Amino acid sequence: MARTVWDSSVGKKTVMAVSGLIMLLYLVVHMIGNLKIFFGAGEFNHYAHWLRTVGEPFMHYEWTLWLVRIVLVVAVVAHAVSAYQLSRRDIRARPSKYVHKKPRASYATRTMRWGGIILGLFIVWHILDLTTGTVHPGFQSGHPYQNVVDTFSTWYGNVIYIVAMLALGLHVRHGFWSAAQTLGVGSRARDRALKAVANALALLLTAGFIAVPVGVMTGLVS
Amino acid sequence: MKLTLRVWRQKNADADGAMSTYEVDGISSDMSFLEMLDTLNEELILCGEDPVAFDHDCREGICGACSLVINGDAHGPERTTTCQLHMRSFQDGDTIDIEPWRASAFPVIKDLVVDRSAFDRIIQAGGYITAPTGAAPEAHATPVPKPDADFAFEHAECIGCGACVAACPNGAAMLFTSAKVNHLNVLPQGAPERETRVLDMVAQMDEEGFGGCTLTGECATACPKGIPLVSITGMNKEWLRATRKAAKR
Amino acid sequence: MSTYADYTTGEPVADTKAPAGPVHERWDTRRFEAKLVNPANRRKHTVIVVGTGLAGGSAGATLAEQGYHVVQFCYQDSPRRAHSIAAQGGINAAKNYRNDGDSVHRLFYDTVKGGDFRARESNVHRLAQISVEIIDQCVAQGVPFAREYGGLLDTRSFGGVQVSRTFYARGQTGQQLLLGAYQALSRQIAAGNIELHPRTEMLDLIVVDGRARGIVARDLVTGRVDTYFADAVVLASGGYGNVFYLSTNAMNSNATAIWRAHRRGAHFANPCFTQIHPTCIPRTGDHQSKLTLMSESLRNDGRIWVPKAKGDTRPANQIPEDERDYYLERIYPSFGNLVPRDIASRAAKNVCDEGRGVGPGGQGVYLDFADAIKRMGRGAVEAKYGNLFDMYQRITDEDPYEVPMRIYPAVHYTMGGLWVDYDLQTTVPGLFAIGEANFSDHGANRLGASALMQGLADGYFVLPATINDYLARNPHHESVTAEHPVVQEVLAETEDRLNLLLTVDGDRTPDSFHRELGELMWEFCGMARSDAGLRKALERIPQIREEFWRRIKVPGTGEEFNQSLEKANRVVDYLELAELMCLDALHREESCGGHFREESQTPDGEAARRDEEFAYAAAWEFTGTGEAPVLHKEDLVFEYVHPTQRSYA
Repeated sequence: MARTVWDSSVGKKTVMAVSGLIMLLYLVVHMIGNLKIFFGAGEFNHYAHWLRTVGEPFMHYEWTLWLVRIVLVVAVVAHAVSAYQLSRRDIRARPSKYVHKKPRASYATRTMRWGGIILGLFIVWHILDLTTGTVHPGFQSGHPYQNVVDTFSTWYGNVIYIVAMLALGLHVRHGFWSAAQTLGVGSRARDRALKAVANALALLLTAGFIAVPVGVMTGLVS
Repeated sequence: MKLTLRVWRQKNADADGAMSTYEVDGISSDMSFLEMLDTLNEELILCGEDPVAFDHDCREGICGACSLVINGDAHGPERTTTCQLHMRSFQDGDTIDIEPWRASAFPVIKDLVVDRSAFDRIIQAGGYITAPTGAAPEAHATPVPKPDADFAFEHAECIGCGACVAACPNGAAMLFTSAKVNHLNVLPQGAPERETRVLDMVAQMDEEGFGGCTLTGECATACPKGIPLVSITGMNKEWLRATRKAAKR
Repeated sequence: MSTYADYTTGEPVADTKAPAGPVHERWDTRRFEAKLVNPANRRKHTVIVVGTGLAGGSAGATLAEQGYHVVQFCYQDSPRRAHSIAAQGGINAAKNYRNDGDSVHRLFYDTVKGGDFRARESNVHRLAQISVEIIDQCVAQGVPFAREYGGLLDTRSFGGVQVSRTFYARGQTGQQLLLGAYQALSRQIAAGNIELHPRTEMLDLIVVDGRARGIVARDLVTGRVDTYFADAVVLASGGYGNVFYLSTNAMNSNATAIWRAHRRGAHFANPCFTQIHPTCIPRTGDHQSKLTLMSESLRNDGRIWVPKAKGDTRPANQIPEDERDYYLERIYPSFGNLVPRDIASRAAKNVCDEGRGVGPGGQGVYLDFADAIKRMGRGAVEAKYGNLFDMYQRITDEDPYEVPMRIYPAVHYTMGGLWVDYDLQTTVPGLFAIGEANFSDHGANRLGASALMQGLADGYFVLPATINDYLARNPHHESVTAEHPVVQEVLAETEDRLNLLLTVDGDRTPDSFHRELGELMWEFCGMARSDAGLRKALERIPQIREEFWRRIKVPGTGEEFNQSLEKANRVVDYLELAELMCLDALHREESCGGHFREESQTPDGEAARRDEEFAYAAAWEFTGTGEAPVLHKEDLVFEYVHPTQRSYA
């Protein structure tokens, strides 16, 4: 079955849909967690610490977190590799362009491709910035609240983050609806509902994530 | 009407092509687009030039032979086939760009004529119901609920013109393939081959070098028969169902 | 000097294959008497099928299912594009699902009568019998016929009959049936049982030792002219309506396959029997390249009328009710707007000739839905005819919900074709003709929704049964190769013809000759024919032919994709076939079905048939281009449906 799925363009789209939905679910949780920052350093840091102790005593310290990370890495890799391979197939299928150009023709495809690349780069930066602290001068392990405030006190930190979140919104908007079609749950009757959910999710995630840098910039979080 | 045409000219499959410019005069707004091209060709022949090659046959919008990208739109600005497009959709003095379907699975044969045999091979892979002549039961033996019959018909309307592929930024044949899968898979007669049909047709579609679906919806917008985008969703569902069932066996 | 019109009469032809006995047992008897080919031996037999429409597609698929090796050709890029696809209305079958008094015998009766008693009873009865199996077959293939809410098949009444026996798939029945056959064909192609040659056009027939053994065909992409060999050849290449230039046929439908077969010895029967369909969209100008049919089903609810006064140019809605002439309802009160096609067409021509036609050039009559919209509501009219109304609006830019449609007759179907016996075999042994390419079942006029029935009956059921007999009786042919002198000769003739077309380098396009011929044929061999007119056409055609070979201009070469060359080569054959059509029309000094001779009318202007002299099928034998052909008569015997003057009043 795995072979059938991976060898087929429809199958690879399924891989993208499932991995995309896993990431989407994660993002919703992540976004809700982020909003704890508005309740002060204590609650936020406590939440961050709790993430490492989830599942204890059954799970050892950070086991759950690593489990989630592994699932996420698999999802990201599967999503990206499928996307890369499908895009190459798509480009090969249309080697010569029309002389008479129509800009709208590839709006959704372009948004997804470029948006995906932006998000991929962002994830790398985001991990180096707030998880490992590699690119974060003065990173303090165990003090996530302060680290977040630091990041959003720089202009580039805000720019990178906000641009990425806007890309995320667009990506989710087409991606969620698209995943529904790929998984065969779309229908004429459900189409409006699906589009509405996709829009709501996109808006909610973008707004929720951007609230944090905005909070820092406006001094609501300091 | 007087028009400037910029037409893709390509001697044969191996030659390089380019746009050539022609002026045509005395075009009536009652002419069909192809009749306008006929007028151009009559002039070209008399000048000793090669007329513009294009596929056409029934000129009633049903055979699916005609296949021009006009000003960047497959079949032109109206939602119909090129042969049913009339010159009243254009203005005197317009410049019109005419190109062939472009997709690596549809190589150009000459000028505006492309090879669409990939579509035939997709149908050959499974786009049929095995019912050898003479083996059929009485037609009323199996009633088909009207909504299912209507659903089947709506998808069976596909004329195989290839506008979906031409319009898709990825050169995907999903709408074409899904139309046939949906037509046959919803019918009780098509049930025994339901799984193999969709798996084999999708595999052949990939084999032919068509792109994948990114659900841009350009195919459904260009489709002269109004096959809906949700048709693709239906095929995805059938494909997943078939894959799961195949795994269980 | 003898002219083309001085034809001679040769030996009569007889349908030697139809068994005697009660008409309803003949098909069973024939099938039983036919020899069979051992299933294990079938794959050793190659059958060439030319054409992939309803007849060719269904025949190719069925022969391949039976185990024969089929080599099939179509000029289109895909078998799915054959012009059967454009048939709108439906397909008749004597299922009697409506319990409205239909039966095999009634369909048989209606078809013989509708054909104005110029068809062969045995064939027509077989067609009616098989009609019920066709529906079963198509449903099993997944053809999405219209259905009722209970899930059963819907039917409607169609064109000149009083029972509801027409099965349909909205206005696209031909498309759906053709796709069914195409899919069956595709399955056999995938299985390796059919070798398909798309974009390949048959240009000649190869007859060796008196038997059809192959064809010469040109690959339209590379231009390569090649020979293909088989144990039998089946022509399913459609009708020849495009002789008229403007017709409802597809642009590339042509007569080359059947005409070349005729030249090689196959008799051509009843060429003058052409059907002029009453409900087509009128032409708009000289640029017109083809005519579009509006389904006859529109006559079920639309009312046909013209103004009572000559030259009345007021818009339709300003002409009051009492100044309108609903002429069909007036002249034929019991059938009204539903009279058979030939009658409806001629009536339209008559009112236009009187100067009462409407629209540009006065070549049109109104088909009005105002009453239907009042009675059924716009929604119901839309549900029934929406796609046709849309098509009309797209072409004419007029809204038929608001203003009446304008319609005018146009050439639609040719009842004539290659003469075939009960086995559908032509006068050349091993050469079969099916579908519109043969002359068989419709007599002098075809009823609506019967073409699809005949094409599929021939292809799915009749030919696959009868060809067995031929192959079984001729099992050991010497194999023919490209080196055979006859093959070399046929091939050289074809190549010479193409080369000549390319080298004349004159000053007229193929289309200009085709248009000129078409206008001549429409004027003199169209809806009404007269001795004087036909003689004029017979004088003119050889002149056009001579001019053609002097002034034709075909650009490019033969070794490439060259649509001008394709067209020119088809016009060559139209220029010969047209002559035979006119001669046949001239010799048949009676009016019957689609053939109306002005000299042969009843006192009130209706067609007068002359059974004593003309109750025969005219099968013509070719003797040379422009040379008087030989007429062979097949006497028609009516044991069951006794000829009466058709009356639809």
